[in-house]
Amino acid sequence: MMKGILAGIMAIWATTSVAEDMRMAVTTSFDSSGLAEVLLPAIKEDLDIDLQLLVVGTGQALRLGEAGDVDAVLVHSRPAEEAFVAAGHGTHRREIMYNDFVLIGPASDPADIANAASAADALQRIAAAEAPFVSRGDDSGTHKAELGVWATAGLDAAGFDGWYRPVGAGMGQALNTAAGMDAYILSDRASWLNFANKADLALLYSGDPVLFNQYAYLPVDPSKNANVRNDLAMALETWLVSPRAAALINDYTINGETLFVFNAKAE
Amino acid sequence: MVDILDGLIAAFWLVVTFDAELWEISLRSLRVTLTALVIASAIAIPLGTFLAVQRFRYRRFVISMINALMGLPPVVVGLVVYILLSRSGPFGVLNLLFTPTAMIIAQVIIITPVIASIAHQSMRELWAEYHDLLISLNTSKRQRIMTLIWDGRRNLLTAALAGFGRAIGEVGAIMIVGGNIDNVTRVLTTAIALETGKGDFALALGLGFVLIGLAIFVNLAIHTLSQTEREGRW
Amino acid sequence: MTQMFPLTLNKVLVRRRGKVVIGPTDLVLDAGGPTIIIGPNGAGKTTLLRVMHGIERVTSGTVTWHHDDPAQHAFVFQSPIVLRRSAADNLAYPLRLLGRPKAEIAQAVDHWLDRIGLTERAGNPATRLSGGERQKLAIARALIRKPQVLFLDEPCANLDGHTTRDIEALLQETSAAGTRLVMSTHDMGQARRLAHELIFVLHGKVHDVSNAEAAFARPQTEELAAFLRGDIVT
Repeated sequence: MMKGILAGIMAIWATTSVAEDMRMAVTTSFDSSGLAEVLLPAIKEDLDIDLQLLVVGTGQALRLGEAGDVDAVLVHSRPAEEAFVAAGHGTHRREIMYNDFVLIGPASDPADIANAASAADALQRIAAAEAPFVSRGDDSGTHKAELGVWATAGLDAAGFDGWYRPVGAGMGQALNTAAGMDAYILSDRASWLNFANKADLALLYSGDPVLFNQYAYLPVDPSKNANVRNDLAMALETWLVSPRAAALINDYTINGETLFVFNAKAE
Repeated sequence: MVDILDGLIAAFWLVVTFDAELWEISLRSLRVTLTALVIASAIAIPLGTFLAVQRFRYRRFVISMINALMGLPPVVVGLVVYILLSRSGPFGVLNLLFTPTAMIIAQVIIITPVIASIAHQSMRELWAEYHDLLISLNTSKRQRIMTLIWDGRRNLLTAALAGFGRAIGEVGAIMIVGGNIDNVTRVLTTAIALETGKGDFALALGLGFVLIGLAIFVNLAIHTLSQTEREGRW
Repeated sequence: MTQMFPLTLNKVLVRRRGKVVIGPTDLVLDAGGPTIIIGPNGAGKTTLLRVMHGIERVTSGTVTWHHDDPAQHAFVFQSPIVLRRSAADNLAYPLRLLGRPKAEIAQAVDHWLDRIGLTERAGNPATRLSGGERQKLAIARALIRKPQVLFLDEPCANLDGHTTRDIEALLQETSAAGTRLVMSTHDMGQARRLAHELIFVLHGKVHDVSNAEAAFARPQTEELAAFLRGDIVT
């Protein structure tokens, strides 16, 4: 009896609802790139899915997935992603695309990183000059990437003094802070290009492969609870690795600059 | 200073061009906050009045608790509501997380103590004024509370508007439980936080001025509708 | 109508913050003409009236009506308590509490507004009326339930001669119509004009209960004689 009523309600609901809602946690850097504004309408058109984005840091995105509050996550921090899958929170990890990180700093470039030989060299110059450096300091994917580059430079960020300033904020907030104090900062290229409050800051160094930033898609394990829409997550994955998505991603530019490189492998 | 001017200009254009997204976000802000306000008032006003009229053993403790809860950090409220409403939390089956309902719940928790506390303050004064008369007329508890609420409605309106002010400008809690999802849970304050993050200070400020304008509009509208400022009328 | 009298106070003691305000004292009030309570300031006149009306808790002893009906005795306070409502709504209030029909309430309100000369200002906020008008309103509001007993605590203190005369006329009329008046005053002229029975209170105790005419002519005790002469009695 109850099942019949429920089925009736579900049937009414299904017929009255236009599109299905799916929730995906994404990083601030992905959202501020503006790519979502291109992808979301196409997803709606092709799959009839209203994709709701929760824009948070990588750490919080993975926590949302862990709690089963989202159906999938799209983040960029490989070790954390692999741990997420290993712990059984996600079914698998699928690489979709990459963009890159860039080093931003005051146009006067007191540490002279514009002429650095590598990303590691650039950071060593900043450390040697003790020039102000703003770090996200929020355990986000970008923050983890920054710490990784310090490590390749043979330096440990934990040991720095006053000139190294972890602000514990999102990309935009951290850029605002760097603009305010004329500091160096590691940013993803998209956030930088879309950032409106550049003040005296300029892009000083980019291109080293260690600065490449791989985005991966992780569907949340549907066994967490009945509300996780794994069917939609799988449909979205199929779409994200399709030629249609590839074209949209590769053709996306800001001020004529390409931001993302599609690199999903066929299964 | 230039940014503030830009913000005013941005606000002006947003409003005069009838920006569709702005309207949607503003209406959602209003809907969420007014709903939370009605629910919180329905709890807080009788509670504050009851605490003014009734003596009981833990009364002082309850009043202190309410006053302390006024200072609840919204982020903490948001986090607690998030944990409760999370699909892995005790109320996960309701599937309310990242919906306007979740934002309403968080705002109710934040503003109920504010309204209750201010309501209690003014009801206490009114009760001191009315005490002897209402006792003399042999009124029931219910009649006393109803009389105080009716005759103190001007002060209660002020209490409710204080709650409204706190709710409409709140960002910490609703960001966590609403998720700032475009077209679903994005409201003025979370949109301001978003634009600030993008470094678009002019748009962020523009939205801020729209928010201030909205708050002023609601205050004036409520005062006008209830005719509380008309001289010589109760 | 059930007879409420006699009202008996048996060994009544009221202690407030460790200090004895009343008694222990005994008193029996029977049906009859107006009773006026006199005595020096601080003797306990107000508390005695409040004890009789039942709005002041006694520390020990008993206050017993032959048959008590709280709706049948009303109280007028020294400084009038008016509700923050219109004059008409103040008058309607005691009847609304009893759930009387609308037509009956409207008729009674019109009658009393006319009787106290406030028909023109029926819709005005009662709090904006003059002191004398507020006191008349408070008396009318006390009488609107047609109580068998009316307690008044120095109702004409701070009022001018015209208003005092109006109120005394109203009280005499009320008494003649069968309502038992029990009133305190420090105005000996008023006591002479109104009293049928005189109660002299001293040091929280009922010192003398006597026929007013006899008491003014030949006071039975030294203290009452001294008080009526205008000496300071301590």
